[in-house]
Formats: sequence, structure tokens, C-alpha cells
Amino acid sequence: MTLALETIGLVKQFGGLTATNDVSLKVEAGARHALIGPNGAGKTTLINLLSGVLKPTSGRILLEGDDITGLPQHTRVHRGMVRTFQINQLFGDLTPLETVGLAVSERNGDGMDWWRMAGSKPSLLEEIASVLERFKLADVMNERTAILPYGKQRLLEIAVAIAAKPRVLLLDEPAAGVPEGERHEILASIAALPKDVTVLLIEHDMDIVFSFAEKISVLVNGGLFVEGLPGDVAKDPRVKAVYLGEEVHGQ
Amino acid sequence: MLTILFDGVAYGMLLFVLACGLSVTLGLMNLINLAHGAFAMAGGYTTVVLVNSFGVPFFLSLPLAFLVAAVIGLVMERAVYVHVYRKPHLEQVLLTIGLVFMAVAGTDYVMGTSQVFANTPEVLHGQFQFFGVGIGRYRLLIIVVCGVLAIGLQYILTRTRFGSRLRAAVDDQRVAQGLGINVNGIFALTFAFGSGLAGLGGALGTEILGLDPTFPLKYMIYFLIVVTVGGTSSITGPFVASLLLGISDVAGKYYVPKLGAFVIYTIIIVVLIWRPQGLFSRASAK
Amino acid sequence: MTSPLIRRATESMLSRARWHPLEIIFWAGAFAAIWLLPTRHLILTEIAWLALFALSLDFLVGYAGIISLGHAAFFGVGAYAAALLAKHELINEPVLALFAAGLVAMALGFVTSFLVLRGSDLTRIMVSLGVALILRELANQFGWLTGGADGLQGVTMQPILGTFRFDMFGHNGYAYCLVVLFVLFLVARQIANSPFGLSLVAIKNNPLRAAAIGIPVDRRLIVIYSIAAFYAGIAGGLLAQTTSFASLDVFSFDRSADLLLVLIIGGVGYLYGGLIGAILFKVMQDYLSVLTPQYWPFWIGALLVAMVLIGRDRITGWTTPFRKLAAKLDWRAARRDAAAAEDRR
Repeated sequence: MTLALETIGLVKQFGGLTATNDVSLKVEAGARHALIGPNGAGKTTLINLLSGVLKPTSGRILLEGDDITGLPQHTRVHRGMVRTFQINQLFGDLTPLETVGLAVSERNGDGMDWWRMAGSKPSLLEEIASVLERFKLADVMNERTAILPYGKQRLLEIAVAIAAKPRVLLLDEPAAGVPEGERHEILASIAALPKDVTVLLIEHDMDIVFSFAEKISVLVNGGLFVEGLPGDVAKDPRVKAVYLGEEVHGQ
Repeated sequence: MLTILFDGVAYGMLLFVLACGLSVTLGLMNLINLAHGAFAMAGGYTTVVLVNSFGVPFFLSLPLAFLVAAVIGLVMERAVYVHVYRKPHLEQVLLTIGLVFMAVAGTDYVMGTSQVFANTPEVLHGQFQFFGVGIGRYRLLIIVVCGVLAIGLQYILTRTRFGSRLRAAVDDQRVAQGLGINVNGIFALTFAFGSGLAGLGGALGTEILGLDPTFPLKYMIYFLIVVTVGGTSSITGPFVASLLLGISDVAGKYYVPKLGAFVIYTIIIVVLIWRPQGLFSRASAK
Repeated sequence: MTSPLIRRATESMLSRARWHPLEIIFWAGAFAAIWLLPTRHLILTEIAWLALFALSLDFLVGYAGIISLGHAAFFGVGAYAAALLAKHELINEPVLALFAAGLVAMALGFVTSFLVLRGSDLTRIMVSLGVALILRELANQFGWLTGGADGLQGVTMQPILGTFRFDMFGHNGYAYCLVVLFVLFLVARQIANSPFGLSLVAIKNNPLRAAAIGIPVDRRLIVIYSIAAFYAGIAGGLLAQTTSFASLDVFSFDRSADLLLVLIIGGVGYLYGGLIGAILFKVMQDYLSVLTPQYWPFWIGALLVAMVLIGRDRITGWTTPFRKLAAKLDWRAARRDAAAAEDRR
């Protein structure tokens, strides 16, 4: 079994606070792997470390066997690992068409092309159009992103990542803030990803996690707590204790 | 050698009093205020006019300079600055450059173009020897006044109720507001106080820095340096940065007069390459 | 096999770059002025290089989102480079010398970009301001080369392309500046509509996400900073060539600050802002500085303050014809206005 993504003893400290505590995570190629944990467990910090937004205090990150710990964000993207954000991070002045087009042309290495017009490569446009169609964005493709309804923005958030054709996709709460009725489109688009794409999903909503994941890792206080098949994790008394504890706090 | 150090410290401390208000307003309100020097100029001209035209004693004119600049600061904060706190930095830059230009041209119109000085009392003239070090009396005054102010500020920020509220507001405005802290009131008061300090610095500085209508433009870069190098998370940062800037500027102009101005720029470039977020920034930026 | 969607998408992407009739009218007017306004060529020349200078700032402010308070540094270097090349007869042909002056400024832009890109808006402002001050001080200190505070005198310009002399009425000077402006504008337009230009807007909007889709943010900013410096250097070179003079004033803070105003009056981020701003600014200066020559900066300042407080959209209302033109030229600007109108309702 080959590993798509692996961390070895990953640690991140902010001042005296340890946000990520000695995490050694193994994500197999083609996996549907979920990362869950109560609020403040350090899930988003871990994604930030994996994608290169943050530099770890110690430990290593391997992508398809290569050490990428010291690489900048954009190089990790070129190596096939792309992320989405829990809170939409989009380009307000660009349209969905331009946004997706940009992601596709950057992946193609056309980003420094300043002489050719954007949109003059037919092969790229075919791909752009198919992404827009898949994410139900074709009807709003010429609207400015900043004025799109939240649901559409959320779809675009995922679409941009897919347009970069990742081999490893990190999804940070893809359905966050999306009302029940509109979730279907986002979940369906994730389910429709090719089997060879490795997906690491961070999610709060247990329904989504258990309908999607083949393997689950539980993160508590920055460290890996329990790992296993969904059925086993669901039955694990320690996990129940953690989540029950949170629910009690929450109420 | 020690005399140069002494002069440098005096100069640095003066810069600190001039610029620390800017550092606090930047940290607190995320406001880029390029017109900070205009408040210093207001204080400077207050002292010059009071002392030279109305015969007010020099020592009495200093608190008055503080007061005048603080009142102008308060009025400007409520009338103008309050509108740009939440706007992008570009808008703040445009607004405050506009204010600088207006202040420069307006002062030129009212006070004339030439450089002015306040008539300082006899006591402050000349220098005396102290263990072989030449101590300028005026500079000694600056060090004493600014030193007391720096200690006082540190005390206010760390020990008083206002200080803890201010720090809470700097750390997280929303949480502070939730705790029932009047953030707007703190903004206004802090802005006025910072402007007042600049005014006092301007009044003290007429003797050393010179005072003419272009003052806010001439010293803009110095204030910016203090704030960028010193950071905005404490007043220790700007204090150390001011001293560094003051000493290196004085020493540079004394030892290599031809290259005087380049010494500080070189230091700044080195600092920025070495620590791009400033010397004393917090480990994690929000 | 192309679906209707692909066709629509292609159409949308390409429509950005299509020439609008008003653009053609704008340039036709500018060129017609060569023959129609022969008495105004001196001020038109100034407008032309100022427009180019403002265009270069638009790359930074409007596209990459970098605030610079020291753009005069590159303008000044270009001016001195062009003047020195002519004075010491290193490159006699003005067009070549101009290009060389641009390259010198570009080299400076490349080196300083590393400093400017680090840190926050405040650091950028401080560094850009500092760089301009250092250069001014250098030009002052190296008097044997630059003429110091007196400026660089005794510069004689050779004919353009060996044929067209710089005449004292500025006839050839204007035509020369306009052609240079036009050519560089075409390049700028191409850049703005390319994937590269799109990536700059993305970086300005959200650098975090830009990196997350594989855009090397720092590298792009270094490139655009260098290009902007090249443009500014050419603008400075045009000033030096048309006046046969360069002085310390080219580096002044006022010049950088005025330039921001020029760009802001015309509007940021659609390339024509700098050009329209330059026309308005020069015309305004022409009238106002006759009324109050000494306090001209006061009115500049008042205008800046008013624009920010009243809101840039509303104050430029008096330039409605220009803004309409602008909006029609750029479908994105048009949509922005429509969106703004919707927000107000």
C-alpha cells in the first residue's frame, strides 16, 4: 500500500501553546480519509501545516514519499496537493469563469504568460467549462464573485481546488455554513471525484463523515487520539467520551 | 565619543516621544497615519508663539503644547479619522497625505516659510562637564522629560485600568467590546494622547530638529522607521528603535558627515532583511 | 466539438481584450492633437509622460495591490539615466537611450522589490519612501556626476531616430512622447488581459488563496514591480529628454504623492485611470496654480481629503462622462458600478 501523504512527528507551537502535538498521520493513496475532533483540536492548524501556510516547529511532511516540509505553498500545489478553506477564500473582483480559468492556466504553467490573451487556448476552455458545469456555476460564470450567493461561493471554493487537478485533496469543512438543502450539490461533487484522488476531509458533521470516510482519525488537543475504520471509531468509548464531553459543554 | 552617545540618546528619546503615539494608534486601530508629524508641528508652533510673542515661560509652554496638540488630535479623530478606520490602507494613506499637504501649506500661509526657534531660558543654554563628558543642558532636559514620560507610559499601559483596557482593545476589539469596554472612547482618548505627546515632542524638538512648515514631511520617514522597526505590540519596541535610530543618526552624521543620511538607511535595510516584521514583533501575526 | 457553454466562455474571456470604440476615439483624439492643438504641445507633452508614470503606478496599486509612496525613485533614475547618456554621448539616439534608461530603472526595481515585498503595507510605504530619499541623497552627494542641487545641465539631445529634432515648441517632443505612451500602453493592455495580469488581481484580492492554487505570489510581485519600475523609468526618461534637464526634484516626495492623486482621480485598476487622471491633473494645475501658485499643495491635499471622506465614487461624479467611458471600456468596471449601485439601494 503506497502512502499519498505522511507526517512524521509533526509539532507546531505558538508561543507556549502546542497546537499540533507529535502528529504522525498516514494517508493511503486513493483513500477517503476523515479527520475529526472537537473544536480547538487543531484540525485547521494541521491543514495549514500540510499546505504550507504555517511552518512546523519540528517534524516532517512527505508527499508521495518526497519530503515537502520546507517547500512553499505554491510548489506543493504544483506537486499535486491542493486544499480548500473552511472560510471562503476567493477573488472578489474576478468572476467564477476567470477564477477557474486562472486555476487551470496556473496548473498548466501558463501563469507567466503575459503575451497571449487569457482564454485563447481552446483545450483549456473545454476543461474550464466542464468544471463550471459540474459545480453548477455556468449560469453565474460572468458574475463578480463578491456578489454571488453564499451557496455558489461555496461551490466555487471547491471548484477552484478541483480545477487544479489535485492528486491529494485537503477539504476543510466543505459544507460549512451551507444549509441542509444545498449541501447535496457539494457532497455529490466530492463523491464524484475520481477514485485515484486521495481525499483528506476535515468535518464536523458526523453524517457527512460516516457517509464518506473509509478511515477516520480523531484529533484531540493537537494530538492523534484514535484511528480506525468508521465502525470501530463510532463504537470507541473514548471517542464517545470526548464528543459527549463537548456536547455537554456546548449545552 | 560619550558626548555623541549622549546626544544620540537625547535625539532618540525625542523621536520616541514624537512617534510612540503613532505606534499605539497603528497597533490599536490599524490606522496608517502619515499626518502624525502635523500634530508635532502644531505643538512646536504653539510653544514658539507662546514664548516669543506672549512671553509665556518656556517650561509652562510645554504642557500647553501638549494640550493644544491633544485637542486638535481629538477634534480630528472625531471629525475625520473615525471615517477611515475600517477602510483599506490605501484610503488612509491618501487621506493622511492630504492632511499633511494641507497642514504644510496652511502653516506656510499663517506662519511663513522660514525656520523658527523658541527663546529658551538661560538655564538651558550651553553645556557642562560631567566626568569629562560634555553634557548639553537642553539635551539633558530632553532626556529627563522623555525618560519620565517613557516610564510613565509603561506604567499606564501595564499597571492601570485604562492600560489593561487599551491592551485588551489592541488584542481583540470585538472581545473587548463584548466585555463592555468602550472601544471608541479608548480610540479617541488614545489618539488625542498620542497627538499630545507628538505636540510635546515637537515643542521640545524645535531646538534640535528645527521647525518650519515642512516638518511633517521631513520627519515622516523617521516616524515610519520607528514604528516599522519597533513594531506595535509594546512601547519597548519603539523605544529601543528610537534610541537605535537616534544614536546611529547622530554618530553617522558626526563620523562620516558625507554619508550621514545613509548610515540609518543601511541599518534599516539590514534590519528588514534580517527581521522583516520588525525587531520586536510578536511571534505570530494575526 | 464545442458546446454552447464553451463558446460562451470563450466569448466572455476574449471580450475583455476587445477594443471598444471609445478607446479608439480616445487615442485618435490624442494623435489628432499633434495637428489640431499645435500651441498646446508643451503641456500635452507633460500630460503624456505623466500619464505613462501614472500607468506604471496603476500596475502596483490597481493590479498588484501594493501601495508605494516612493515611485518617484524609478522616475528619477530614468530621468538621470537618460540625461547622463545624452550628456556624455554614450547613447546618442534618444529611443535607444530611453530604452536603456528604462532598463536601469527596472534593475533598481528588481533589487528593491525584495525589500518592498516583505512585510506589511506600512513596511512597504516606509521602504518605498526610504528608497526615493536615498536616491535623492545619492544624487545630491555625487555632484560631480549629477550636478548636485543645481541639476544636470548642458544636456543636448540628438534628433530622434537621427531625423526628428526636439524643437522648442515641443511639436516633435509631443509626437515622440505620445508614440512611446501608446506603444507601452498596448503592452500594458496585453499584460492586463493575460493570465499573468489575472493572477495579479487574484493576488491583490486574496494572496492566501492565490498561493493555494499554485501562484508563486512573491515571484509575480517581483516581476510586476520590475515592470512598473521600467515604465516609470521610461516616463522619467521622457521628461529628461524633452526638457534636456534633470534635477533632484525628480525624486521628491511631492512627485510620488501627486502621482497617487493623479491615479486616484482617474480611477484605479483599468489602465485608463492614469491617462485620464493625468489630463485632469494637468489642466487643474494649469488653472489653480495661476490662482494660488504658492498654496497649490493645499488644494491637492484638500482634494485628497475630500475624495476619501466623500467617497471616491461620488466625488468623481463630476467626471461622469469619463467614468461612463471607462465603464464601457471595461466590462468588469461596468459590473462593479452596477453592483455598487445595487448595494446603495
